[in-house]
Amino acid sequence: MEKAIEVKGLRKSFKDIEVLKGVDFEARRGEIFALLGSNGAGKTTIVKILTTLLKQDGGTVVVNGFDVVSKPDHVRQSISLTGQFAAVDEILTGRENLIMIAKLRHFTNPRQIADDMLKRLGLTDAADRRVSTYSGGMRRRLDIAMSLIGKPRLIFLDEPTTGLDPEGRNEVWKTVEELADNGTTVFLTTQYLEEAEQLADQIAILHDGRIIVNGTLAELKKLFPPAKVEYVEKQPTLEEIFLAIIGKKEEK
Amino acid sequence: METLKRHFFSDMSVMLGRSMRHIFRSMDTIITVTIMPIAFMLLFVYVFGGAIQTGTDNYVNYLLPGILLIAIASGIAYTAYRLFMDMQSGIFERFHSMPIARSAVLWGHVLTSLLSNAISVVVIIIVALIMGFRSSAGVLSWLAVAGILALFTLALTWIAAIAGLSAKSVDGAGAFSYPIIFLPFISSAFVPTASMPPVVRAFAENQPVTSIVDTIRALLSNQPVGNDIWVALAWCLGILIVAYLFAMRAYKRKAA
Repeated sequence: MEKAIEVKGLRKSFKDIEVLKGVDFEARRGEIFALLGSNGAGKTTIVKILTTLLKQDGGTVVVNGFDVVSKPDHVRQSISLTGQFAAVDEILTGRENLIMIAKLRHFTNPRQIADDMLKRLGLTDAADRRVSTYSGGMRRRLDIAMSLIGKPRLIFLDEPTTGLDPEGRNEVWKTVEELADNGTTVFLTTQYLEEAEQLADQIAILHDGRIIVNGTLAELKKLFPPAKVEYVEKQPTLEEIFLAIIGKKEEK
Repeated sequence: METLKRHFFSDMSVMLGRSMRHIFRSMDTIITVTIMPIAFMLLFVYVFGGAIQTGTDNYVNYLLPGILLIAIASGIAYTAYRLFMDMQSGIFERFHSMPIARSAVLWGHVLTSLLSNAISVVVIIIVALIMGFRSSAGVLSWLAVAGILALFTLALTWIAAIAGLSAKSVDGAGAFSYPIIFLPFISSAFVPTASMPPVVRAFAENQPVTSIVDTIRALLSNQPVGNDIWVALAWCLGILIVAYLFAMRAYKRKAA
């Protein structure tokens, strides 16, 4: 299968602190790749280097077949970034945000594209409200919608559900799954193990500046002692109670 | 690369449209940049003006150039603010990870500053006309006035860009503008410098605002501008170039 991302020996320091000490991984086209790590592990640094926002100190990074150092324009042409903080314009409406991005991607029919995106991500009702009135989940969905314009082959989502309530998180998860179903490669960073387990085809764990484990969920599970059968009374989690009360059952 | 250059102007106009929307949707911007200077003008003309001896019988004529500079100085504080907010939110990174001309993002803010200040200058001149401002200046003089004001705006905009790009907090991003807003008060904008004590007078006569105010005043009243215009242009261009270089350095550092 073709590779969407190839990272070899990636190093990056900030002043005296070595954040990345030789990171290696590959992501295949069409899969959801989750980079897992605790706060401050360097996940965002990796995303910034992969999206040409930051230059590495050493190693090679090839995104969609283009080297990020020698061909940054080609890389930018083929990716989209949804950063850690929702990259939306709060003062504009949802529709205006989408039209703006469509214009910046030089489409001739920005309004049509905005309408399609609003429909696709279920934001049509809120289209003409200012983004500052949106909930966290809606803001993230708009954020992702903006990243989808231009059909990039690869989408970066940097901690897409951090700070969202369970409802908003479920909305985002559903969107990410739909993306992958349509063949887009998704590179996702998260600090929630549950999120990686839920979404990812391939999981890499970043710890102390290196990738310490890399594989599918099944492969990772093999690293641990075999499962044994125990009988435990299944109590509803507080989250399930919360979602049941507000009338939104998880779609799993 | 070629395609990026070709799209520079369309990218920049998208950026311009975006920040102009920001301006028209925030009442405080409009109040600060137009209503405040107009209030100053009313206050000085109808309250203090009777007691100020300028040697002319039309104080509005005397006052207008200084009021315009105050309006521009408070206007650019918002340029710094908007730039700072863009840096803080993820939107700057989104733009920079897109296949667009990166400099269009910054130039969009600069153009917005020029356009929005031009709008507030026009509004203030209309109010001044209602209050009795009269000018015998011809088209060429008016063009010269517009040119100097544009140059002054551009110079201050690049100072604002340094502040917006390197500030650590919202307050810091706007704070630089206070001394600039204050400069016209210690100049020939409101009272003739001859009435000031020697030290203040020396400062007032040798700071940029006085030469700019005197030039605009002379142009609007069809008087010979003398050396003032060259001093004014030298100040504006000098500040513009130095501020531009520092702003670009701050920009490159932020957008590795």
